[in-house]
Amino acid sequence: MTEIIDVVSAVLILIGSIFIFISSIGLIKMPDIYMRMSATTKATTLGVGSILFGTALYFEEVGIMTRAIIIIIFLFLTAPIGAHLIGRAAYFDGIPLWDKSIINEIEGSFNPVEHVLYSEKFSSDDKVTLPRDQTEHNSD
Amino acid sequence: MSFVEMAIFVSIPIIIASMLLMLYRVAVGPSLEDRVVALDLIATTAIGFVAVYSIISNSTTVLDVGIIIAMLAFLGTTAFAYYLERRSKT
Repeated sequence: MTEIIDVVSAVLILIGSIFIFISSIGLIKMPDIYMRMSATTKATTLGVGSILFGTALYFEEVGIMTRAIIIIIFLFLTAPIGAHLIGRAAYFDGIPLWDKSIINEIEGSFNPVEHVLYSEKFSSDDKVTLPRDQTEHNSD
Repeated sequence: MSFVEMAIFVSIPIIIASMLLMLYRVAVGPSLEDRVVALDLIATTAIGFVAVYSIISNSTTVLDVGIIIAMLAFLGTTAFAYYLERRSKT
């Protein structure tokens, strides 16, 4: 039984380190910050989660298993949030897409002054009514 | 030599090589957001290194460092995103 657990944790650690290496190659080779984030966030989360699970299987203690699972849950919760925040900041900061990208779905549908996203496109000539403005109107 | 030790002797050089590749992106990244993404990735990889190191040194308390690194990486990424978005807000 111990032999089987040894082999399983060794395989998990190897798979995790290979996934981390793949994500670092993606960070180098991808042409665009948005593609880089999509390459790195998912692969690194899976790789580190696999390494932690292999470590937890190797020690066979309840305390180690608890810590490893806490780290895995925390990573799975925070990695998409961090990637979303950085991607939003990069888009509003004006980082260009790759010149061979063929679609940019939110182009023209966000207000560059107030950083508000709308579901419809609007031209800069239209008067943009924000929820804040409407409440001020109503109070008058 | 057990299977886990053989796996560690393979995985430590792989992790260090990928950290060096990420450091290259930190050095040459064209924008500040690229560097923030690469630094977040380095911190996440450091958690994996800490987990592997806890097997090498056979001390289980090292894994607490991983929790702290995960929290600090998320905090740093969030703060950077907040201020980068406020910088472009006119």
